[in-house]
Amino acid sequence: MIITELKNIEEIYDMIKQYSKILVTGCDGCCQPPRSIAEAKNLGQMLELKAKVEGKELKWKAITVLRQCDDRIAATTVRPFIEEYDAIVSLSCGLGVVMMNRIFENILTYPAQNSMFGGAENNAENSFAEYCETCGECLLGATGGVCPMAGCAKNLSNGPCGGTVDGKCEVGGYIHECAWIKIYERLRKFNRMDLFTKYRPPRNYRLWSSPRFIDINKSYTNEEEPIKEEK
Amino acid sequence: MTKRPAYSNLVKTMREGKFLFTGELEPKKMIDLSSILHSAEEMKKTGKIVAANVTDGPQGDAYTCSMVPCYLVQEKVGLEAIWQMTVRDRNRIALFGDILGGAILGLKNILALTGDHTALGDHQNARPVFDLDSTQLIDLVSKMVDDGTDLKGNEIEGGKIEMNVGCAANPNSNPREPEILKVGRKVEVGADFIQTQTSFDIDDAKEFLKELEKFNVPVLLGLFPIKNYGIAWYFNEYIPGVSVPKDLLKALKTAKKEYKDDKKKRNEVIDKINIDFYEPFIKEIQKTTKAAGIHCMAVHYERLFEPLLKNF
Repeated sequence: MIITELKNIEEIYDMIKQYSKILVTGCDGCCQPPRSIAEAKNLGQMLELKAKVEGKELKWKAITVLRQCDDRIAATTVRPFIEEYDAIVSLSCGLGVVMMNRIFENILTYPAQNSMFGGAENNAENSFAEYCETCGECLLGATGGVCPMAGCAKNLSNGPCGGTVDGKCEVGGYIHECAWIKIYERLRKFNRMDLFTKYRPPRNYRLWSSPRFIDINKSYTNEEEPIKEEK
Repeated sequence: MTKRPAYSNLVKTMREGKFLFTGELEPKKMIDLSSILHSAEEMKKTGKIVAANVTDGPQGDAYTCSMVPCYLVQEKVGLEAIWQMTVRDRNRIALFGDILGGAILGLKNILALTGDHTALGDHQNARPVFDLDSTQLIDLVSKMVDDGTDLKGNEIEGGKIEMNVGCAANPNSNPREPEILKVGRKVEVGADFIQTQTSFDIDDAKEFLKELEKFNVPVLLGLFPIKNYGIAWYFNEYIPGVSVPKDLLKALKTAKKEYKDDKKKRNEVIDKINIDFYEPFIKEIQKTTKAAGIHCMAVHYERLFEPLLKNF
């Protein structure tokens, strides 16, 4: 799921203050914490209040979309409403905001949120954590299921570094677990220290560089393009 | 041990089996390097310090690059430099380019480090790079030295560079095993020598050195003479995983209190505290371990070199 954080109301209002009618779109997709119809309605009310304080009148309507990042779903759900509105404020992650702008070229969609990371939910701790950085070259098979890209502040392939103290990371004040100590413990437990001692050569950051596309109708390769010979 | 020739005086001396010392220089946010050069001169005067490390933005702070001070220390003072390179701020392209530049300037030693994270420094919002890690940096240097190529095997015009490369090891690591295995990985990809982080515990240091013996690579044990109580206090409070021995801390505090207004006397007492602590420490290391020497991190504490090292 994509972990998001609501922007400050001042910042959102600043983006839309020149409009008098806005459509607020929640998203029922993977966005966490949930940003559905109730949250869209709340945001509409807050913006209306903010406008009132500024001496303006703001009309709004709240709807929600199954997934704003899916062009067909977003288009069919939102299209019936857009004619009446000056702008859209989206409560999806950045993917949804970009998709809405791509589908509805004649109206601007503004982000109400900051997209933080692709995360997993720990219910007992009531927290979200980034366990995967979608690097395109999954190492989890060699690291006991702990991701050194998402888990290590320095994205080390051959850790741990000298910044770990008693299994904690120097970044964030020695609170967070050092991914490489965790990897060591997992591999030790399963008697796979051969994986720990192995040297991992420099990574292929072409797989991790924006913009990234996958065309599902064609083959996908991680091979580098051959260097063109001078003629 | 790597089969690589000893290109640097440091590695030559290590391989001769002489017990040696290295010092440490820390260029800060400065364009006037006279204090660095002065410190290097004091090191050279001892006749015991073979080379000096030049740090690369410690604590993640934006400081003067380490390459230029390395060059000047070698050119103007005649003391060999150990060029600390972190992978924090440069990707593999920039690292490669800088190493070539350093080789052209005659630098002979690189200490390959990960580097303190940007989040610890004075530009905490900076984008950390970490394209390579320290092991991969050693791999890069090895390819440049042994094969005369970059990481992709493209040849360097003019051939191989002549450098030796070292890695760091942390005697304060807990758990210990992953640290030892990581050092092993670094030796496997081509580290010629090891310099350790600071240690205050003789038994711990000896045990760590014993564990590193199996790699058959010269090791310099890091020691940190403490110039004043403030530094000791800071070390104890803010550098996790390392604690200054209570007696040493207490002695420094007493010196600070008793000679509050007499700087000369205070310095004398503090120097004596350091010598009383480190001289037997170093002798014990020299006598009972296979350490190649001591990396003395007495940054801005030049006056201690002569009295501390005279008996070695």
